Amino acid sequence: MTAIDPTIASAKSERGWYKRNEIAVTPWLFLAPAILFFAFYVLWPIYQSIAISFYDWDGLGEARYVGMANYVELMDDSAFEVSLWNNLKWLLLYLLAIPGGLFIALFLNQTVTGIRLYKSLFFFPFVISQVVVGLVFSWFYLPNEGLLNGVLGLVGLGPINVLGDPTMATYGIIAAGLWPQTAYCMILYLTGLNAVDPEQIEAGRLDGAKGWKMLWYIIIPQLKPATFIAFVVTIIGALRSFDLISIMTNGGPFGQTRVLSFYMFEKALSEYGFRMGYGAAIAVVLFLIMLIFIAYFLWSMWAEEKGR
Amino acid sequence: MFPTPIEKTSRSWQLTYQSLLPLALIMWLLPLIAVAVFSVKPAVDFTQGNYWGLPSSFEMFNNYGQVFFNSDMPRYMLNSVLITVPTVIGAVALSCLAGFALGIYRFKSNIWIFFMFVAGNFVPFQILMVPVRDLTLDMGLYNTKTGLVLFHIAFQTGFCTLFMRNFIRALPIELVEAARVEGIAEWKIFWYVVIPLMKPAIAALSVLIFTFIWNDYFWAVVLTQGPESQPVTAGITSFNAQFRAAYHLMSAGSIVAALPPVLMFFLMQKHFIAGLTLGAVK
Repeated sequence: MTAIDPTIASAKSERGWYKRNEIAVTPWLFLAPAILFFAFYVLWPIYQSIAISFYDWDGLGEARYVGMANYVELMDDSAFEVSLWNNLKWLLLYLLAIPGGLFIALFLNQTVTGIRLYKSLFFFPFVISQVVVGLVFSWFYLPNEGLLNGVLGLVGLGPINVLGDPTMATYGIIAAGLWPQTAYCMILYLTGLNAVDPEQIEAGRLDGAKGWKMLWYIIIPQLKPATFIAFVVTIIGALRSFDLISIMTNGGPFGQTRVLSFYMFEKALSEYGFRMGYGAAIAVVLFLIMLIFIAYFLWSMWAEEKGR
Repeated sequence: MFPTPIEKTSRSWQLTYQSLLPLALIMWLLPLIAVAVFSVKPAVDFTQGNYWGLPSSFEMFNNYGQVFFNSDMPRYMLNSVLITVPTVIGAVALSCLAGFALGIYRFKSNIWIFFMFVAGNFVPFQILMVPVRDLTLDMGLYNTKTGLVLFHIAFQTGFCTLFMRNFIRALPIELVEAARVEGIAEWKIFWYVVIPLMKPAIAALSVLIFTFIWNDYFWAVVLTQGPESQPVTAGITSFNAQFRAAYHLMSAGSIVAALPPVLMFFLMQKHFIAGLTLGAVK
């Protein structure tokens, strides 16, 4: 009986093939679900959005190819211009969260009793939904009853209607956004400060470095990883800002607090009409701005990987 | 340690610091304290203009009772749980697999696939809005929790994979190599060698993703409508429309909506912070 049952033979060689290629094949098996999900819900939609931006489409009927028309229209759209400027304000002012967070972290980096609780309570705003933060701040800014005007009244100023004033409203919202973002940067720096090399501080002290000089030349260089992450999350947060605007002013007054992400939502999905193509074009512009930063982040990560 | 430890400074600065701490904290949390006080005030305080004074009577049970028994709030909370928990499980599972593949194996396209996940995670999600809404409609999942969960899993996988891969890279690779020499199958290495070592990363990610998804507002508005599927972040806006200008109820509602991630944070603080720093700052 030397005849081999063919099914067993093939099973054996199949197992053999997998065994031989196990190291090469396994990573792809492990990657498959994540890649499939990601391609379906993230990569493909990015491509689709870019494609839709060349069409005139209400989301239901036939889409009509219009070439660059949506982008040409954007150039003359004053609401788009306002959104773009506001995005720039968000980007620049949001970065204040980084020095702000560092300042609070330095203030809290002590070992007195109860300091752990203090640190967690200072971090509190970040854990709360932006929807709630927006509500809380819109009450804080209330024109007559708001706490802000109460405080201003004590020193003989005001009253001001922050969210009702087209020139101030965006800054009011950014201030609300800075609150949780500063808390985030603070926690990054607190963890970073833990890892600062005490010997270098001692060496600095021996060399007579104190206060600002110590901070600038010895501490901040060692906090570089924390600063990098703070920078990344703050930029992303600034460009994604939507919740606060939607809750606090809904884009108003007179559309002066719109940013790109909010404006595209308005154009594509709200009562202002279902202009999917136009909305997609706005999103593509936002994406291109973000791409500059993404490229920079990836480049830094790549440089670090190579350095390992 | 920097700044100079407080015990080594002058007595007067020590005292200043000790009194400055609670003051600073109260200033920092003032908006929240105000809302907490609002939520126990009676309605009459607001009509009489007593916004920032002490409550004229203590109405905590009344106000929170209204939220829990006289509104859609419990429904929204349940929806949030049913959206958040499956997302956490799904995203963590997918990223454990993907992180293992990218962290352990050296193959040519490794770094590119990794960068694809990182880049996708940084993308402004507004660019996904129109197509994802369309996809969800086409699959008949618009205004369902499933539709929201599937998208959240996919999008969070980017961030989670970044995190898991970096964590696995920092593990001692010798353990895996030793197991290979023993002839143990790759999936067994994953399950019996790597997963047990990943427990802290899994805990950190779970807490973090829980908070992110619970607090998501944008996708809730884009992919759902109405109390049968909306999570609490979107629900709170309809709740507020229902109780317009009833600040005591809106405050109580907001506190209820904000509570679960806050509890999560206080219970799992260590993991939470490890997650936030992306494992890069140790």
